[in-house]
Amino acid sequence: MGSGWLAIACNGMIGRELYTHADAPSRFYMIGSMGLASSIGLGLAIVQPSRIVVVFDGDGNVLMSLGVLGSVAAAAPANFYHVVFDNAAHGSTGDQCTISDRVPIEKVAVAAGYRRSIRVRSASELDHTLSRFFTEPGPAMLLVEVERGNQPGIGRVESSPAELTARFRRAAME
Amino acid sequence: MSPPVSQRFLDLLEHHGYDFFTGVPCSLFAGVTRILDREARYGYISAVREDSALGLAAGAYLGGRQPVVFMQNSGLGVSVNAIVSLNQIYDIPALLVVSWRGRPERPEGPEGRGDDDAPEHLIMGAVMEDFLRLLTIPFALLEPATLERDVDELTRTMHATRKPVALVVPKGVLHQ
Repeated sequence: MGSGWLAIACNGMIGRELYTHADAPSRFYMIGSMGLASSIGLGLAIVQPSRIVVVFDGDGNVLMSLGVLGSVAAAAPANFYHVVFDNAAHGSTGDQCTISDRVPIEKVAVAAGYRRSIRVRSASELDHTLSRFFTEPGPAMLLVEVERGNQPGIGRVESSPAELTARFRRAAME
Repeated sequence: MSPPVSQRFLDLLEHHGYDFFTGVPCSLFAGVTRILDREARYGYISAVREDSALGLAAGAYLGGRQPVVFMQNSGLGVSVNAIVSLNQIYDIPALLVVSWRGRPERPEGPEGRGDDDAPEHLIMGAVMEDFLRLLTIPFALLEPATLERDVDELTRTMHATRKPVALVVPKGVLHQ
């Protein structure tokens, strides 16, 4: 991610993996309040239009707040990028099925009014897509098909939620 | 002629530093929403759900703003998880402006509670204050006579605690 970019990671394993592999003050990890990562990222993108805002989301989270795809489309912030990891499962609670195997989330996003969206199915497709995805204006969705299962031994976010807020806010207001 | 109370209310909020406005409407504060919808300078975001409005407000706070979230008290039910597992644990403040549908007006009435409103509002209306206390949300009842003092005190509390506070809007104050 570029310097100055701001990231919101949804609750569950996605935030924990981002924290474990690439922690930075400009990354905000949610615990709880499932479904709200896209709303938080949208509010942030609206008030910080000069910063790239990336929301790391999951299929379960997006399906829980499908209406927010409309909010994103209506506000149409050009700096809003929605990366959805889709394993058609609730990974944090034991891989129970979601319905995203039958509901193409990236098509819903475009139907709602996202400027563009793309589904990638392999690492090579992802590499190819990433070179251009963030250079063209949003709101845009990148849906990445991923396999189920979590990396063993993935850490929990060590900072307290209040500490995460304070450090992220400083990074966002720089 | 002095401006209508809805405009005075918004002026008061701006005076206290509020600069991000989102929510879901209610007829009890329709006068405020009419101004917010009409005047682009407020940047009002019409949210799809009340908990999404809290998420939008949280994002705005993370980006440096001081948000207000408008909702009917039915939306308080929708918002419980956002309040307790986002705002309150992450120290993300917001001023909640919550209408009070189903407010008990005739405790002696045949239903024993606020039976002047539509059925869907009666239960939440009857437990509204207990509900706010249960969620440990400091609140005040919006009345024109004490409005300035209450907004001032709630805003101080909000800054000191970094948690949501609520202004409860009864019938007949901000409807026009």
